[in-house]
Order: sequence, then C-alpha cells, then structure tokens
Amino acid sequence: MPGKLRTELGLASPDDFYESLIGAHEGLSDGQSELLNAKLVLLLANHIGDNVVLTEALAAARAGIEPDQNPSA
Amino acid sequence: MPNAPDLALFAFAPCPELAGEVRRHTVAIVGAGPVGLTAAVDLALHGVSVVVIDGKSNVSEGSRAICWAKRSLEICDRLGTGQQLVDQGVTWNEGEVFHGDELIYSFNLLPEPDHHRPAFINLQQYYFEQRMIERATALPQIEMRWQHQASDVSVFDDHIEVAVETPAGIYTLECDWLLACDGVHSTIRSSLGLDFSGRVFQDRFLISDIHMEADFPAVRRFWFDPTFFDGQSTLLHKQAEGVWRIDMQLGWEADPEEEQKPERVVPRLRRMLGDIEFDIVWTSVYTFTCRRMERFSHGRIFFLGDSAHVVSPFGARGGNGGLQDADNLAWKLALVTKGDAPEALLDSYDSERIPATDENILNSTRSTDFMTPKSRVSRVYRDAVLNLARSHEFARRLVNSGRLSIPAIYSDSPLNTGDTEPFEQGPPPGAPAVDAPVASPQAPDERRWLLDQLGTVFALLAFDDGEMDWPRLQTALAQCQPAVRLLRICPPDAADTEGALIDRWDIAAFRYDGAPGTCYLMRPDQHIVGRWRKCLLPEIEDALNRALARH
Ligand SMILES: Cc1cc2nc3c(=O)[nH]c(=O)nc-3n(C[C@H](O)[C@H](O)[C@H](O)COP(=O)(O)OP(=O)(O)OC[C@H]3O[C@@H](n4cnc5c(N)ncnc54)[C@H](O)[C@@H]3O)c2cc1C
Repeated sequence: MPGKLRTELGLASPDDFYESLIGAHEGLSDGQSELLNAKLVLLLANHIGDNVVLTEALAAARAGIEPDQNPSA
Repeated sequence: MPNAPDLALFAFAPCPELAGEVRRHTVAIVGAGPVGLTAAVDLALHGVSVVVIDGKSNVSEGSRAICWAKRSLEICDRLGTGQQLVDQGVTWNEGEVFHGDELIYSFNLLPEPDHHRPAFINLQQYYFEQRMIERATALPQIEMRWQHQASDVSVFDDHIEVAVETPAGIYTLECDWLLACDGVHSTIRSSLGLDFSGRVFQDRFLISDIHMEADFPAVRRFWFDPTFFDGQSTLLHKQAEGVWRIDMQLGWEADPEEEQKPERVVPRLRRMLGDIEFDIVWTSVYTFTCRRMERFSHGRIFFLGDSAHVVSPFGARGGNGGLQDADNLAWKLALVTKGDAPEALLDSYDSERIPATDENILNSTRSTDFMTPKSRVSRVYRDAVLNLARSHEFARRLVNSGRLSIPAIYSDSPLNTGDTEPFEQGPPPGAPAVDAPVASPQAPDERRWLLDQLGTVFALLAFDDGEMDWPRLQTALAQCQPAVRLLRICPPDAADTEGALIDRWDIAAFRYDGAPGTCYLMRPDQHIVGRWRKCLLPEIEDALNRALARH
C-alpha cells in the first residue's frame, strides 16, 4: 500500500550525503556516535513533523528486524 | 520527627451503633483523606447526609501532596474552602528545567490573565485536609467518626455492611451506598478481592521536606543531571510556612533504610543548598507506581482517589485526579438518592472517570519514563533531547519533567449532547466551564467570577440577544426536574440588565464564543452538557434528560 512516506529517491546528492553522514561521526566514541544519531533523528523528525510520515518511517525502519528470542544467550 | 508541625488531632467518639442501635445511613465514606472529605462536603451541600469514618485520629503526616491545580481550587471554591487554601498556600505558575547547571526550558502554566485561580498553589496535604475537615465539621449533614477503622465489607442486594473496629469495640455500619476513599492500600478493595494492576517504576526517590529561610522564587525547579547531586534528577518546590519540598532520584540500587538516615540526607542537601540553614521536617524514600482498578463502581460501592488509582507524583495528578472523582460522583449520587435521576446515571462515573484516569496514568508514566530511562536507548534519546533543548526550541517541548494536572474533558461521555452548530471557541461538551470576570448591574466595576455564580445545580449560561422572553425561560427552567438556574450574560450597554451578569470586560463572550443567543447547559460539577446558538427549551430539556441518563 503506497503511504505518505517517500521512498523513491529524494536526496539531491546521495553519495555526498552518505559521505557526510559517516564523516560526521569521525573521531567519536560509540557512545558519542549514539548521541549524534539520536540528535539527528530528533532534528529530522521535527523537521518532518507529520505524524503519519513518522509512523510509517518507524515501521519501515523496524521492518525485518526481529527481537532476539533470548537476548542474553 | 522533631521539626514536624503541630497537626490537628481528633478525638474518638462512640456512635449509636456501638450502643446496639441499628442505623441505615444513606451514604457512608471510608477514609477522610482529601478525596473522602471532598466527597463528603460535596454530598452535604447537595443535602445528602453522610457518615465518614477514618481509622486515624489525625490528618495525613509526612511528605505527600503539595501541588493543587486550578481545577481543584475551583472545586474547592464551590465547596467553600478555595479562598482559605489560596490564602495559606504558595501561588505559582512558572517552572524551570535545568540540565546540569544550565536553564534549558521554562514554562508558564497560566499564560492567560483574568482567571480567578492560578494554575497551581502549593500547600501541604495536611493543611488541605485540615481546612476541609473544618468545613465538613460545620455542616450538619456530616458526621465524622475518627479512630473508626473498617476491617471488612459485606454486600447485600439493597445495602452494604461495613465491619468497623474502634477503641470501644466493633460494630456494623449499614449504608445504602459506600464510597471507598481509603487510599492506596484500600481495605474495602482487598476485602472484595478486587484487582489493582499496573506498573512499578524501578527507581527510588528521596523526598525531603525542609524548613529554611531562602529567597528562591516560588518556581518549580527541576534539574536533570545536576552538578550538586550524583543522582539523576532533583526537584525543588516551595510550600507554605517556609517549608520546601526536595525530590532526589536515587536509582533502583539505593537502600531505602540507609538513604533516610540524617547522616546520608543532610550532606546531600548541604551540597545542593550551600550555606543556607535548614531543618529537616520529614524524609522518606518512595518507589512509584501507576495502577488502577479495572472498574471504579461495583454496585453500591464506589472507589474514589488512591483506592481506585495511583500515579507517580510528577505531574501532581494523584490528589488532583481524586478530587475530580469526588466532584464527578457527588452530584450524581445526590440526585439518585433523592429520586431525581435513575440509578443508570451512576454508570457514567466509570465512563467518565476511567478515561480521565487513563490520561493521568499515561502522562505520569511518560514523565517517569523520561526521568528514569530504563534502557540504553531511552537514556540516549533523553540525553539527546536535553542536549538539543539548550539551543533548539522544538526539543524543549520534548523535555518531560512532569506534565502537570489539567482537568479531564469527558469528550465521549454518554451524558453529553454534541454540537449541532459550529463553535470557534469555548468549552466543548464534557469540558469544565471556563472562568471569566463578570460584574453585577449594582456594582458594574467590581470583578466577580463566573464560576462562583454557577453553584452546585444545573445552570444555563445564556448570552442575551435583546429579544428572548427571559422571565418566561427562567420560569420554565425553574420548573425542570431538577431545576435549572438561568445565568443571563449581557453586554454593558444592554437595555435590561435586571438580574443579569454584565460582561463588563468582554471576556466571557470571547471565552464562550458567546454570540447573542448562545447558551451553554452546565452540570452541577460545572462540566458542559451541551451548547446551542439559540435558547430553545425543548432542546435544553432533551439535553438535561440525557445528562441525567433518562434516555
Ligand atoms: C511524595 C508524594 C507527593 C505527592 N504529591 C502530590 C501533589 O503534589 N499533588 C497531588 O494532587 N497529589 C500528590 N500526591 C498524591 C496524593 O498524596 C494522593 O493522591 C492523595 O493523598 C489521595 O487521597 P485519598 O483521599 O484518595 O487517599 P489518602 O490520602 O491515602 O487517604 C485515605 C484515608 O483513608 C483512611 N483509611 C485507610 N484505610 C482505612 C480503613 N480500613 N478504615 C478507615 N479509614 C481508612 C486513611 O487513614 C486516610 O485518612 C503525592 C503523593 C506522594 C506520595
């Protein structure tokens, strides 16, 4: 079912963006990277604003990731 | 507790049942906490006789409720204690949130002027109870019985029996209706084997009430990761008579016994307060929960306040939510006992207060989850929000140090009559009435408050159109069963202002979108039943019948 979330190419300059995304984490510890990612998600989510788009994005991101049955094992 | 205030004590008195007399009370209330007392006074003002029993002989001790919301004050105004509470309490509207030492967000809960009551006052729970006990004691319909402890309850088709233990022996209390206001460990609930399920938050909070002469403003101050405390968050809030409330988040590993010892508490507070002299009034360590019963009404027994539901205190939704339970049930039960409404009206207690409770639980849960993140990822997002909030406005709205109590809107209540015409503004059906300054024709420049004019009856608030035959409408409304009071609102230049309220400052018409001819039918608890653009008696009567569950 086509939703409101755009999944065809929207990035103006995909390779440049990807490089800056990885580049933004340069020199950071895993913990700092985690913080950066979280800040980025919040900034972008606020920019989008539309709850329908955000809900679809959450579902699309979660798709195919199943929780471990027994995470400690 | 050496610095605890002198709290009122109440003597045990025997009752006729102890002398072997059999009595059937119309309404009995178990528990003289804020909620039981509110329900008792409300019922009494509706002319219903009530007996209230409490196992204690004093008001509530220790660190409990301090924040009383605007809606609670409006309820107390209706019951006659509002002004005393405001006079004794500390009025506040503002809050500040810090991350470390930096102020990241501040809020004003009452941005709109021209309301009688502030967003909040802070007043120790025992003073709230004391004022309400004085009020109850002055009402002939209320009989207070201290040191009367309920130990069991039996349900019959046409009445309830409560087993009561007193210093002078045991007796059976018989009543038509029972209000279980006996708090979170409700004896009535457990005697009936009823459920009480929900969530425990795996964290511990050190709650201290201290006495100090400090010139901090009466602002709710909340710190995430304060530099003066190695825990995760701290709340500072002013109470009456130089007492301050400090909540410190200790973490789940903390040992509650150890943490309450003065040698642990004093240095913690010292680091926060520096050189200021202080005395500890009370300290305790709490773990918070959010729980509720599946249903609050069980035949002739109703659960109100903490016996029906508990929330974590960030948001001040426990006591304030409980007062709304009492406000909701009292008029319904009063009309049913007087034969003015069918028993079906009582079903709306659940249909209105359960969604309201869920809203309180949802908000308290979200605040507590934000404050006490329980997974790595929730901790990371919380830190990201706090980090962004310093420079980005949107993130301040995500910071959650408590979403403070606001009154429930009974949007889906079966008692409502839905809008048939458009309204731009104004409280919709199910919402509580909104306050506004008004004047009387005799004193056109003196501010009075609209909510004070509503009383504890059904009322029709009508905006004058200069055409309606008001005396005739007034007579017809007075003949309704129960009677409806007419409150006519006129613009200052109206020709006939006799017996009307003057919208001297143009605020009432604005807040109610009150174009000429508009009217609002209000219940005795001041919630809106329905609203129309023209005062037509058949529509009003139909809505009144629906609000009384006669349909
Ligand atoms: C640290 C803390 C801070 C809080 N802050 C706030 C706040 O700022 N604002 C707010 O609105 N709420 C706050 N609350 C919640 C608030 O204290 C409660 O929601 C409120 O006390 C509930 O009132 P109640 O009348 O339902 O129950 P209670 O206050 O618990 O009263 C129950 C009464 O029933 C009596 N009783 C119990 N069992 C029996 C029996 N078997 N027989 C006879 N009598 C019995 C008890 O003696 C007691 O008097 C806070 C709570 C805590 C712990």
